[in-house]
Parts: sequence; structure tokens; C-alpha cells
Amino acid sequence: MFQEVILSLSSGFVVTIEIFFLTLLGSLPLGLVISFGSMSRFFPIRMISRFLVWIMRGTPLLLQLIVIYYGPGLLFGNNIWGGSGTGRFIAVMVAFIINYACYFSEIYRGGIESISKGQYEAGQVLGLTKRQIFFKIVLLQVIKRIIPPMGNEFINLIKDTSLARVIAVYELIWAGQAFIKSDGIIWPLLTTAIFYLLFSGLLTIFFAWVEKKLGYFSS
Amino acid sequence: MAILEVKNLKKSFGKTTVLKGINFSLEKGEVLAIIGSSGGGKTTLLRCLNFLEFAHEGTITVGGQTIYEGGVTDIHNEVEIRENRLHFGLVFQSFNLFPQYNVLENVRLAPTLLKKGTPDQLEKRALQLIERVGLSDKLESYPCQLSGGQQQRVAIARALMMEPDILCFDEPTSALDPELTGEVLKVIKGLKDSDSTMIVVTHEMEFAKGVADKVIFMADGQIEEMGTPEEVFDHPKSEKTKAFLQKSQEKI
Repeated sequence: MFQEVILSLSSGFVVTIEIFFLTLLGSLPLGLVISFGSMSRFFPIRMISRFLVWIMRGTPLLLQLIVIYYGPGLLFGNNIWGGSGTGRFIAVMVAFIINYACYFSEIYRGGIESISKGQYEAGQVLGLTKRQIFFKIVLLQVIKRIIPPMGNEFINLIKDTSLARVIAVYELIWAGQAFIKSDGIIWPLLTTAIFYLLFSGLLTIFFAWVEKKLGYFSS
Repeated sequence: MAILEVKNLKKSFGKTTVLKGINFSLEKGEVLAIIGSSGGGKTTLLRCLNFLEFAHEGTITVGGQTIYEGGVTDIHNEVEIRENRLHFGLVFQSFNLFPQYNVLENVRLAPTLLKKGTPDQLEKRALQLIERVGLSDKLESYPCQLSGGQQQRVAIARALMMEPDILCFDEPTSALDPELTGEVLKVIKGLKDSDSTMIVVTHEMEFAKGVADKVIFMADGQIEEMGTPEEVFDHPKSEKTKAFLQKSQEKI
């Protein structure tokens, strides 16, 4: 029985990990785009970005999953996601990526705006382009500053993946809960905590390592 | 022919006029010291020369070529602005070294990114300049491991690396402890001997007296007095200059 549970939980955990990494893959760069939008000198773009951030941070991710999955069907009469597991998984990715990108965008914005004007000006008087100044001078300093809040978000994300089951995407919690119905036992569900804890432990170690790596300079 | 000619430069921020028509010229190899109390427009003048601010009126001519004309030059033409900016170099009061790069990397970063030479050439030149500011033993040090005076010397080497026609210093020693001021001033003095054209905004009167070929006293956005150090310091004509010099010499 134990082996069966672990095997089942592991297969659920694989999906959890997939959601985790694919969300990061999409939301880390998208967040940068949104943060640039929020800092744009062009008012309409700034408005749109900040409005999106307000909506995505101001409503529960659980609700966003439901709206994104069922919304198109209710509004237009056809479910663009299809009924298959793949369709549901894609809907989950869309919701997670947009939601996390909004949170990341605010962290990025805080980091970028905390860099002193002098750094930009030093780059400018040396003849560097805006792009070179951002990528070669500012970015690494921003990364160093945003490591702690990003660590928080990464750890939140691994736990948030459990929300995917609200639109019937199989993942770790689902795998654990299934044993309540099929075998009337609850310990498999409780055991899922160990998976989350192990993973967030790894994340903590990873972030401590990055922090140490960037400890050679102070800005 | 003058290497730099500034004519009728005007700049205001909102309703505050900071530069009210600045005129001066500078010969190659000359050192110009700009003195005056805070808020007089000294820093704004340097920032206009380096295009960190854009003057509303007036022209900036370098080596006979007008590189900026207020109201005419397209300040949104980034390529042109960047190119013309390189006639000038600027050393900041707060150094503004790049914290994640070591001394050598700070000095050679910009010319490397702008492909101003082969990596070998640039490294060789960077090493020469770092030696000139006396920091050859600190190549691998990061800015946070250096004293303020050392950081400012790196910043000077970094600015020289771009071979500007005119090197500007914005109160280069104001953020330094008195005992570190000397080492930076010595480096700047050394540059004079090697025929660099420089504009130094400074509160170090002794330095201005000793090193400058020409001194400008600025007050309220205007050049109140201009001349050789002897003329400005020993025989000032303007009342404002006299009052300023007297105050700056008051001992506590």
C-alpha cells in the first residue's frame, strides 16, 4: 500500500513540478514586460499595465482559474480550451502565468526603481545605449535586490499549484485526496505535505546559494 | 582655435531659471575651474555639456563643430546624442562606479561594449590608465572594497578610457574625507600635465588657484566673474565674487 501511495503521489507531484516550472518560464519574462508597462512614460500603456496588475492581484487565483476556464464557454458558447486534460492544463498555465507575472512585475518595478539615477547617468555619459545600461549595468543589481521577495513568490507558487485541481487538473493534492474516496484513508493526503516541504526546502537552499553568489558586491 | 565654445546657454526647470545665458570658451589643454555657492548652476552647466540635461537655448561647439543648439538639435535622436556626448567625459561627485564589476572591468566596460578596439588593446589601455591613477594593485577589487578616494580615481580612469576631448568633474572631492581629497586632486593635477582639457566644478579654492588656467565664478545662473586665477582670486571686480571669496576663506 505504502509503495502504491508514494507512486501515485509522485505522479501527481510531477504535474505539480510541471506547473511550477512552466509558470516561471512564462511569468518571469512576462513580468518584466508588464513592469516596463507600469513604468512607461506613455499614459495609456501605464494605465493598462497597472489595471491588469490591480485585477490579477486583487482577485483570488482560484477565481481567476474558474473565469479563464469557464468564461469563454459561458460568454461565447464554445469552450476554447476543449474538454480534454490538455485543454484544462493549458487554461491553468494561462491563469498562473498572468497572475504570477503581475506579482513579479511589481517586484521588478520596486527593484528597478531602487537603483540610483547615478548608475544610469554613469552609463549614459560613457556613451552606452539604454539597452546596454539596463542589461549590463542595472539588471544584475536589480536581481540581487529582489532575491528575497522572489524567494517568497517561488515558495508561494509551489503551494498555489494545488489550486489547479479546481478545474480538474490532476496534481499532488488530487493524488492524495483520491485515496480518501478509494480506500477511505487520509494519511496519503497528509503525506503530500512532505513533498511540498522538501521542494520548498530545496528552493530555500537555492535562493540562499544565489544570494551568496551575488554577495561579492554591495550596491 | 578654441576646443570648446559655449554661447548663450540657457536652462530652466519649470519656472526656475538655472542658467541665464552662459558664455565661455576653452583652449585645448586648458583647465577651467568653476566656483560658486550651491544652487548657482555649476552642476547644471556640466550636465548640459554632457547632455544629461538639455539647454533650451544656446550652442555648444567642440573643435569648430556645433554639436548642440537649443531648440534645433533633436534631443530624441538617441544615436546622435550618444555620439556627441562622447566629446565630453564626466566624473561624478558620488563616483557612480558599477558595483558588480571590479576595477579593471569598470574601466573597460564601456569601450568594450561600444567596440572601441580589440579586447587586447582595450585591456592594455585600461591597465595603463589604472596605473596612472595609482591603482594597479587593486585591479580585481570591487568598488565596495575601495575607499572613496580610490573609487573616484577609478571613475577618472573610466572616464579617460573613452578619450573625451573635454573631461568634466562635478565636485569630485565633495563626498570625500579631507585626507582622501588630496589623492584625487593629485591625479587631476597629473592630467593637466599631460595636456588634457578639463572643466572642474570645485569648492577647493586652493586647488582652483593652483591648477586652473581660467576660473569662472558663477552665481544665480550667471557668470559673475571670469579670468585667470590671479584676476578672480586676487583682484575680483564683482561684489558677489568678493563676498563669496571672503566667506570661503573665513576660518572657524
